[in-house]
Amino acid sequence: MEFNKEVDASGLNCPLPILRCKKGLSEIGSAQVLKIISTDPGSVKDFNAFCVQTGHELLQMDEEHSSYIFYIKKRAS
Amino acid sequence: MAKKLALIASKGSLDWAYPPFILAATAAALDYEVQIFFTFYGLTLLKKDLSDLKVSPLGNPAMPMPIPMPNLLQMLPGMESMATMMMKQKVADKGVASIEDLRTACLESDVKFIACQMTVDLFDFKPSDFIDGIEFGGAATYLQFAGESDVSLFI
Repeated sequence: MEFNKEVDASGLNCPLPILRCKKGLSEIGSAQVLKIISTDPGSVKDFNAFCVQTGHELLQMDEEHSSYIFYIKKRAS
Repeated sequence: MAKKLALIASKGSLDWAYPPFILAATAAALDYEVQIFFTFYGLTLLKKDLSDLKVSPLGNPAMPMPIPMPNLLQMLPGMESMATMMMKQKVADKGVASIEDLRTACLESDVKFIACQMTVDLFDFKPSDFIDGIEFGGAATYLQFAGESDVSLFI
Protein backbone atom coordinates (compact mmCIF):
# COMPACT_ATOMS: atom_id res chain seq x y z
CA MET A 1 0.00 0.00 0.00
CA GLU A 2 1.24 3.49 -0.79
CA PHE A 3 1.86 5.90 2.05
CA ASN A 4 3.20 9.41 2.57
CA LYS A 5 5.00 8.99 5.88
CA GLU A 6 6.23 6.12 8.02
CA VAL A 7 6.50 6.04 11.81
CA ASP A 8 8.17 3.16 13.63
CA ALA A 9 6.83 2.70 17.17
CA SER A 10 8.38 -0.75 17.60
CA GLY A 11 9.29 -1.62 21.18
CA LEU A 12 7.11 1.12 22.63
CA ASN A 13 4.24 0.44 24.97
CA CYS A 14 0.86 2.06 25.64
CA PRO A 15 0.17 4.93 25.10
CA LEU A 16 3.31 5.80 23.11
CA PRO A 17 2.28 4.21 19.77
CA ILE A 18 -0.91 6.31 19.79
CA LEU A 19 1.03 9.46 20.69
CA ARG A 20 3.55 8.80 17.89
CA CYS A 21 0.64 8.18 15.51
CA LYS A 22 -0.98 11.48 16.45
CA LYS A 23 2.32 13.28 15.90
CA GLY A 24 2.82 11.54 12.55
CA LEU A 25 -0.66 12.52 11.39
CA SER A 26 0.01 16.14 12.32
CA GLU A 27 2.94 16.13 9.91
CA ILE A 28 0.98 15.05 6.81
CA GLY A 29 -1.86 16.63 4.89
CA SER A 30 -5.53 15.68 4.72
CA ALA A 31 -6.23 12.44 2.83
CA GLN A 32 -2.53 11.49 2.98
CA VAL A 33 -1.63 8.11 4.45
CA LEU A 34 0.48 7.36 7.50
CA LYS A 35 2.12 3.96 7.90
CA ILE A 36 2.80 3.12 11.53
CA ILE A 37 4.53 0.04 12.90
CA SER A 38 3.89 -1.20 16.43
CA THR A 39 4.89 -4.28 18.40
CA ASP A 40 2.44 -3.64 21.24
CA PRO A 41 -0.35 -6.27 20.95
CA GLY A 42 -2.72 -3.82 22.66
CA SER A 43 -2.30 -1.40 19.78
CA VAL A 44 -4.61 -3.47 17.54
CA LYS A 45 -7.64 -2.54 19.59
CA ASP A 46 -6.23 0.90 20.45
CA PHE A 47 -5.68 2.02 16.86
CA ASN A 48 -9.23 1.00 16.00
CA ALA A 49 -10.52 3.01 18.94
CA PHE A 50 -8.27 5.94 17.99
CA CYS A 51 -9.63 6.02 14.44
CA VAL A 52 -13.28 5.60 15.48
CA GLN A 53 -12.98 8.53 17.87
CA THR A 54 -10.91 10.90 15.74
CA GLY A 55 -12.41 10.28 12.30
CA HIS A 56 -9.14 9.23 10.68
CA GLU A 57 -9.62 6.18 8.47
CA LEU A 58 -7.90 2.89 9.23
CA LEU A 59 -7.34 1.61 5.70
CA GLN A 60 -5.51 -1.59 6.48
CA MET A 61 -3.82 -3.56 9.25
CA ASP A 62 -1.17 -6.18 8.56
CA GLU A 63 0.54 -8.52 10.99
CA GLU A 64 4.10 -9.53 10.21
CA HIS A 65 6.47 -11.35 12.59
CA SER A 66 4.66 -10.02 15.69
CA SER A 67 4.67 -6.49 14.27
CA TYR A 68 1.43 -4.71 13.52
CA ILE A 69 1.39 -2.36 10.59
CA PHE A 70 -1.38 0.19 10.28
CA TYR A 71 -2.21 2.42 7.32
CA ILE A 72 -4.20 5.43 8.43
CA LYS A 73 -5.67 8.06 6.13
CA LYS A 74 -5.82 11.49 7.67
CA ARG A 75 -9.29 13.00 7.87
CA ALA A 76 -10.27 16.24 6.18
CA SER A 77 -9.59 19.00 8.72
CA MET B 1 -17.30 20.18 19.87
CA ALA B 2 -14.37 18.41 21.52
CA LYS B 3 -15.06 15.91 24.26
CA LYS B 4 -13.73 16.75 27.70
CA LEU B 5 -11.87 14.70 30.29
CA ALA B 6 -11.54 15.85 33.89
CA LEU B 7 -9.10 14.01 36.14
CA ILE B 8 -8.19 14.30 39.79
CA ALA B 9 -4.67 13.11 40.55
CA SER B 10 -4.45 12.52 44.30
CA LYS B 11 -1.53 10.12 44.63
CA GLY B 12 2.18 10.87 44.50
CA SER B 13 3.90 7.52 44.10
CA LEU B 14 5.71 6.38 40.98
CA ASP B 15 3.14 3.69 40.14
CA TRP B 16 0.11 5.90 40.69
CA ALA B 17 1.66 8.71 38.66
CA TYR B 18 1.03 6.68 35.51
CA PRO B 19 -2.77 6.49 35.19
CA PRO B 20 -3.51 10.24 35.12
CA PHE B 21 -0.69 11.09 32.71
CA ILE B 22 -1.41 8.12 30.40
CA LEU B 23 -5.12 8.90 30.23
CA ALA B 24 -4.55 12.62 29.80
CA ALA B 25 -1.93 12.25 27.05
CA THR B 26 -4.04 9.69 25.20
CA ALA B 27 -7.24 11.70 25.51
CA ALA B 28 -5.41 14.75 24.16
CA ALA B 29 -4.27 12.62 21.18
CA LEU B 30 -7.94 11.74 20.69
CA ASP B 31 -8.73 15.47 20.52
CA TYR B 32 -10.25 15.71 24.00
CA GLU B 33 -9.88 18.88 25.99
CA VAL B 34 -8.22 17.73 29.23
CA GLN B 35 -7.72 19.14 32.70
CA ILE B 36 -5.99 17.44 35.62
CA PHE B 37 -6.61 18.72 39.11
CA PHE B 38 -3.64 17.80 41.32
CA THR B 39 -4.51 17.55 44.97
CA PHE B 40 -2.86 16.27 48.14
CA TYR B 41 0.01 13.88 47.29
CA GLY B 42 -0.77 14.25 43.61
CA LEU B 43 0.80 17.71 43.79
CA THR B 44 4.25 16.12 43.86
CA LEU B 45 3.64 15.18 40.21
CA LEU B 46 3.89 18.87 39.34
CA LYS B 47 7.34 19.34 40.86
CA LYS B 48 10.15 20.28 38.52
CA ASP B 49 12.18 17.30 39.65
CA LEU B 50 10.33 14.00 39.42
CA SER B 51 13.37 11.85 40.15
CA ASP B 52 12.38 11.28 43.77
CA LEU B 53 9.06 9.58 42.96
CA LYS B 54 9.06 6.17 44.63
CA VAL B 55 7.01 3.02 44.71
CA SER B 56 6.64 1.20 48.01
CA PRO B 57 6.15 -2.54 48.37
CA LEU B 58 4.82 -1.91 51.91
CA GLY B 59 1.08 -2.39 52.17
CA ASN B 60 1.03 -3.29 48.49
CA PRO B 61 0.57 -7.07 48.40
CA ALA B 62 -0.19 -7.11 44.67
CA MET B 63 3.20 -5.71 43.70
CA PRO B 64 5.13 -8.42 41.84
CA MET B 65 8.39 -9.18 43.67
CA PRO B 66 11.24 -11.40 42.45
CA ILE B 67 10.88 -13.50 45.60
CA PRO B 68 7.98 -13.63 48.09
CA MET B 69 8.70 -11.16 50.83
CA PRO B 70 6.95 -10.79 54.18
CA ASN B 71 5.81 -7.30 55.22
CA LEU B 72 8.29 -7.33 58.07
CA LEU B 73 11.19 -7.37 55.59
CA GLN B 74 9.63 -4.79 53.32
CA MET B 75 9.99 -2.18 56.05
CA LEU B 76 13.78 -2.54 56.12
CA PRO B 77 15.80 0.49 55.05
CA GLY B 78 16.53 0.45 51.34
CA MET B 79 13.59 -1.75 50.36
CA GLU B 80 11.64 1.18 48.92
CA SER B 81 14.62 2.35 46.87
CA MET B 82 15.15 -1.19 45.62
CA ALA B 83 11.52 -1.58 44.56
CA THR B 84 11.69 1.81 42.84
CA MET B 85 14.87 0.87 41.00
CA MET B 86 13.30 -2.41 39.92
CA MET B 87 10.21 -0.69 38.60
CA LYS B 88 12.20 1.94 36.70
CA GLN B 89 14.28 -0.83 35.14
CA LYS B 90 11.13 -2.73 34.09
CA VAL B 91 9.62 0.45 32.66
CA ALA B 92 12.72 0.97 30.52
CA ASP B 93 12.92 -2.69 29.45
CA LYS B 94 9.30 -2.85 28.33
CA GLY B 95 9.25 0.37 26.34
CA VAL B 96 6.90 2.08 28.80
CA ALA B 97 7.25 5.86 28.85
CA SER B 98 8.81 7.60 31.83
CA ILE B 99 6.62 9.91 33.91
CA GLU B 100 8.69 12.87 32.71
CA ASP B 101 8.00 11.95 29.07
CA LEU B 102 4.27 11.48 29.64
CA ARG B 103 4.03 14.78 31.50
CA THR B 104 5.87 16.54 28.68
CA ALA B 105 3.52 14.90 26.16
CA CYS B 106 0.56 16.26 28.17
CA LEU B 107 2.01 19.77 28.24
CA GLU B 108 2.80 19.71 24.53
CA SER B 109 -0.77 18.74 23.74
CA ASP B 110 -2.27 21.50 25.87
CA VAL B 111 -3.48 19.44 28.82
CA LYS B 112 -4.25 21.95 31.54
CA PHE B 113 -2.68 21.29 34.96
CA ILE B 114 -4.35 22.79 38.01
CA ALA B 115 -2.67 22.69 41.41
CA CYS B 116 -4.89 22.58 44.47
CA GLN B 117 -4.21 25.86 46.26
CA MET B 118 -5.36 24.48 49.61
CA THR B 119 -2.82 21.64 49.45
CA VAL B 120 -0.06 24.05 48.46
CA ASP B 121 -0.81 26.03 51.64
CA LEU B 122 -1.29 22.91 53.77
CA PHE B 123 2.07 21.37 52.91
CA ASP B 124 3.91 24.70 52.56
CA PHE B 125 4.85 24.00 48.96
CA LYS B 126 6.47 26.88 47.12
CA PRO B 127 5.04 27.79 43.71
CA SER B 128 8.68 27.87 42.53
CA ASP B 129 8.89 24.11 43.25
CA PHE B 130 6.47 23.50 40.41
CA ILE B 131 6.85 23.48 36.64
CA ASP B 132 5.82 26.56 34.68
CA GLY B 133 2.48 26.90 32.98
CA ILE B 134 0.26 25.49 35.71
CA GLU B 135 -2.72 27.19 37.31
CA PHE B 136 -3.83 27.26 40.92
CA GLY B 137 -7.42 26.68 41.97
CA GLY B 138 -9.82 24.91 44.27
CA ALA B 139 -12.73 22.49 44.29
CA ALA B 140 -15.05 24.91 42.51
CA THR B 141 -12.53 25.30 39.69
CA TYR B 142 -12.39 21.55 39.24
CA LEU B 143 -16.17 21.16 39.37
CA GLN B 144 -16.75 23.87 36.78
CA PHE B 145 -14.79 21.89 34.19
CA ALA B 146 -15.86 18.45 35.47
CA GLY B 147 -19.50 19.53 35.24
CA GLU B 148 -19.10 20.08 31.49
CA SER B 149 -16.99 16.97 30.97
CA ASP B 150 -17.83 13.70 29.26
CA VAL B 151 -15.49 11.66 31.45
CA SER B 152 -14.44 12.42 34.99
CA LEU B 153 -12.19 10.22 37.13
CA PHE B 154 -10.67 10.34 40.58
CA ILE B 155 -7.24 8.71 40.67
